[in-house]
Amino acid sequence: MMPEAYNPPAPGWREWLLTERPASRRQARLGRAYASWTRFASNRLALVGLAILVLLLLVAVFAGLIAPDSPVVGGDLRTARLLPPSAAHVFGTDDQGRDIFSRIVFGSRLTLMIVFLVAIIAAPVGLLMGTVAGYAGGWVDATLMRITDIFLSFPKLVLALAFVAALGPGIENAVLAIAITSWPPYARIARAETLAIRNSDFIAAVQLMGASPVRIVLRHVVPLCLSSLIIRVTLDMAGIILTAAGLGFLGLGAQPPSPEWGAMIADGRRFVLDQWWVAAAPGAAIFIVSLAFNLLGDGLRDALDTRG
Amino acid sequence: MSDLHGKSGTGAPVLIADALGVDFGPFRAVDGVSFEVRPGESLGLVGESGSGKSTILRAIAGLAPISSGAVRFEGKPLGKRREKAFYRHVQMVFQDPYGSLHPRQTVDQILSEPLAIHRIADGERRIRQALDEVGLGSGFRFRYPHQLSGGQRQRVAIARALITEPELLLLDEPTSALDASVQAEILNLLEEIRQHRRLSSILVSHDLAVITHLCERLIVMQSGREVETLTSRQLVAGEVTKPYTRELMAASEGFRRKEPVPA
Repeated sequence: MMPEAYNPPAPGWREWLLTERPASRRQARLGRAYASWTRFASNRLALVGLAILVLLLLVAVFAGLIAPDSPVVGGDLRTARLLPPSAAHVFGTDDQGRDIFSRIVFGSRLTLMIVFLVAIIAAPVGLLMGTVAGYAGGWVDATLMRITDIFLSFPKLVLALAFVAALGPGIENAVLAIAITSWPPYARIARAETLAIRNSDFIAAVQLMGASPVRIVLRHVVPLCLSSLIIRVTLDMAGIILTAAGLGFLGLGAQPPSPEWGAMIADGRRFVLDQWWVAAAPGAAIFIVSLAFNLLGDGLRDALDTRG
Repeated sequence: MSDLHGKSGTGAPVLIADALGVDFGPFRAVDGVSFEVRPGESLGLVGESGSGKSTILRAIAGLAPISSGAVRFEGKPLGKRREKAFYRHVQMVFQDPYGSLHPRQTVDQILSEPLAIHRIADGERRIRQALDEVGLGSGFRFRYPHQLSGGQRQRVAIARALITEPELLLLDEPTSALDASVQAEILNLLEEIRQHRRLSSILVSHDLAVITHLCERLIVMQSGREVETLTSRQLVAGEVTKPYTRELMAASEGFRRKEPVPA
C-alpha cells in the first residue's frame, strides 16, 4: 500500500504534470487531477479503502470465475446443510446447502448495483434542487426547501419502508426507496454551498457577461458544489449499504433466493447461536465494504476539499 | 458644466445618469446624482467608504436597483432587466482580484466564457490578443487563479472585461487590493488601454492620486450625494470650492504635522 509504488519517480512526466505553466487545456486538467491524487495518496487509509473497493469491483465483474458454486442452487439437504467453514466451503454452507462464499461473491454485484443506482439518482436530484434553490432564492427557494424538509422529517429507514411497502418488495424498489430518502441532505449541502458563492464577485462577473441563470448554475455554481457533494455521497455509501441490508433483512429488499447480504443475515438469524458463520460472513462483508467507503470518503475530503 | 467635459469628451454621451437614486430598504445609498460620460472620457468617482460611489457602478451594471431617476446608455434608458447586448458593451472590473475569478477555472476558461455567451466566433484570436494586451502572454493561458499573483489576477480580470470589446468600462477600485508597485503597473496598463481603444470608463476610487492619474473629470461624493464636480487639473491646482474636498485632499497627502517639530 505504498503510494510511491504507484508513482515511480519519473521526473519527465511528473514535472510536465505539475508545471506552473501548462501549455494546453488537457495538461492543466491532468495536472490538477494529479495534484489531487498526490493529496489523496498521502492518506494511507484512504488508499486501503480504495483498494478494497477496487477489489470489490473486480470480484463483482469476475464473480462467475471466482465463485466455486452456484449462489442460488442448493446442495444435498441431507449432507450439505449448515456445514462449518472448511476447505471445500471456505465460509461454510447455509440452510439450503448453498456455498456461502459463492453467495457473498455474487452478492457483491447487488451491493455495487444498489450503491451505484442510488448515487446516480439521489446525488443529481439533490444537487439540482439545492443549487437552484440557493441561486434563485425567494419563493423557489422556499418551495424546494420545504419539500426537502418534509422528506428530512421522516426517519430514513421508516420512509424507505413505507415506499417499499407501497411499491412492493424487490431490489429495484428498494433502490428507488433509498434514493428517494437520501437526496434531501445533498440538497441542503448544495444549497449552503450555493448561498456562500452566489454573491461572490466571480458570479457577479458572469452575470455581467449576460449569462443566463441556467448557465450560471450549471457551469459556475455546480462545479464548486461537486466536491463537497462527492465527499458526502461517498461517506453516505456505508449508510446506503446498511439501509439496503436493513430492507433485505426485513424481507422488503432483495427477494430469495438472490444473494443479497442483508437478506443473508436475516436467513442466518435463526441459527446464529449454533451456526454463527451463516450470519457472520455476510455481516463481515457489509462491515468491510462500509468501512472502505468511509475511508475513501475521508481521503476524498483531503484531496478535493481545498479552496483556491 | 460644459467647461468640465475635458478635451476627449466630444460626441454624444455614452452614458447619462439623471438624478440617479439607489435605495436598500429604508437606506438611501445614492441620492440624486447626475453625470454624463462622453466617448473616450474617463470619469472618476471619489469619496470615503460608504459614500455610494461603488453603488453607482453596481446600479449601472444592474447589480443594484435603480430606485429613482434614470440611467441612459447610448440614449436608451436602462431598466431592471438588461439585454444581452448591453453586457457586451458595458463591462466591469472588480476591486478584489482574489474574489472575481472563478477558483476552478483556468484563465482560458474564464476568457472563453464571455465569448461563448455572446457567440463570438474568433475566440482563439481574441483570447491571445486579450492576454497580450494586458501583458500576460500565452504562458498564463492555462493556469488556474491560484497560480497567479494579485496583479496577474487583476490583469486577467481586465482581459475578461475587454474581450467583448466594450464601449464603457466600469472600474471599481481596481488597484486598492494590490500593493503599491503593482498598483502603478495596473494603472499604467489601464491608461494604455484607454488611449489605445478610445474607451470610456468610470473609475471608482478613494485615492485622489489614482483618480487624477486616470481621469479628466471627477465627482466628489459624500454620503450618497455629489459634493462637487472638478477637472483633474483643478484638483491638482487646488482650485476646489468645498471644504469636504479639501479635507479629502489633506487626507490623501498622508500624515503631516501642523506645527514644526520643536527643537
